[in-house]
Amino acid sequence: MTFLDGNVGLILQGFWLTIQLLVLSGICSIVLGTLLAAARVSPVPLLRGAAVVYVSIFRNTPLLVVFIFVFIAGPRLGLNYPFLVKGVLAMTLYTSAFVAEALRSGINSVPVGQAEAARSIGLTFGQCMREVVMPQALRAVIPPMASVLIAMAKNTSVAAAFGLAEATATMRGLTNNNANERLMIFLVFALGYIVIVELMSFAANRLERRWRVA
Amino acid sequence: MRYAAVAAVAALTLAACGNAGSSETEGGADVDVADNAAEDFEAGTKMKELADAGSITIGVKFDQPGIGFKSATADAPAGFDIEMGKVLAASLGIAAEDITWKETVSDNREPFLQADEVDVVLASYSITDERREIVGQAGPYYITGQQLLVKKGSDITDVADVKGQEVCSVTGSTSLDNIRAEGATPRGFDTYSECRDQVLDGTVEAMSTDGSILLGYAAENPDELEVVGEPFSEERYGVGYNIENTEMCQWIVDTIGDAEEDGEWAKAYEATLGKGGGETPTPPEFDACAA
Repeated sequence: MTFLDGNVGLILQGFWLTIQLLVLSGICSIVLGTLLAAARVSPVPLLRGAAVVYVSIFRNTPLLVVFIFVFIAGPRLGLNYPFLVKGVLAMTLYTSAFVAEALRSGINSVPVGQAEAARSIGLTFGQCMREVVMPQALRAVIPPMASVLIAMAKNTSVAAAFGLAEATATMRGLTNNNANERLMIFLVFALGYIVIVELMSFAANRLERRWRVA
Repeated sequence: MRYAAVAAVAALTLAACGNAGSSETEGGADVDVADNAAEDFEAGTKMKELADAGSITIGVKFDQPGIGFKSATADAPAGFDIEMGKVLAASLGIAAEDITWKETVSDNREPFLQADEVDVVLASYSITDERREIVGQAGPYYITGQQLLVKKGSDITDVADVKGQEVCSVTGSTSLDNIRAEGATPRGFDTYSECRDQVLDGTVEAMSTDGSILLGYAAENPDELEVVGEPFSEERYGVGYNIENTEMCQWIVDTIGDAEEDGEWAKAYEATLGKGGGETPTPPEFDACAA
């Protein structure tokens, strides 16, 4: 375990960037994904169409391609941002499509009669979504949403090849310098990811229990 | 008139093809392949085994112009490491056509050697104590140092200028650690060419790695890129081999030593790394092989 000498700070720094990427992209993906899901079920055909196009583009594109687009094609088209912003942007563009689909499944699980009843007592589409449909849909989608976000946590490792020195990038540096301790290094970093993912599943479980429809 | 134009275009196309063709075959000294090489080696050695088989697998880089580079259209890679590989193969009586070139990236050089997926590695492979614990490294056959590649006219003229700037290299490389130590923000990419593109696009201020690699990129794009500053590290390139085959060390040292003496080394340098101009350096002294 000599690779730990003087490198603990570096490893923690790597995981800190992973967590930053994870939290920022998670928040942005949930916001954008919710808007997309709402657009997908909205009465406006143009919004529905736009959401369908968005989801089919980004859900069907490998994450690596999205990264290449944001980090390599983007700057050439004049769209250049700081590295962390580019990383969050790429993660969000990709993950929000999955968030939107997970949410849509929740929305569809709310009996259509409830939405009809809400509209018939004079609520607008926005009010109906906010007050009646979304609260129930959100409760129903905690397990699939947790899966989407956990997948995203692990997907942040793609950023290692795009200038962001997160956990996987740090790991590659350490394995290259300490080839004799490769296996231990892999185990330490795997453990780090497991801790992050376990914390997320734990939070999801708590949320699921607290929000259980009585 | 129209026919003349067509003829001119055809001639140009042919000329272009001709150039492309010859540039792939050029470069490199014509190495004399030893006859009946298998008899020169003792039974039971790895050299004997390779010479008997008449083929060798060499791990090289595919993305470092001047060192080891394979363009999308070429059949075989080219560069200084490739030339050294040919020298080693020739001493076993193996012609250049019978060498299998396998791409190794920085991360998989040790695993490839340990699993005998490659017989030797010549892949800008710096000699370090940590690496020598698990693989054999004979050499150095070339010494270089970390430098900076910037856009022409950049404010960065020396390593002292990189503080607080974004500098790219390959994810996981020692170059990134060194540049972090100099106070720059390291930006790791998967390949050197992606990093070079980031410099060209202006998303990072500089690229930093071994000067030999940077010179290759600067030579490819002399109007836009230049190498600046004095080297701020020392990288000693060695030939990697499986640590169990200790007999290979002396053979590598002797073979490359011969190439240095008879001018083969200098010819290989001039045809590859030296293309961008500059003096041909004196070959470095080898480390002694463990008995």
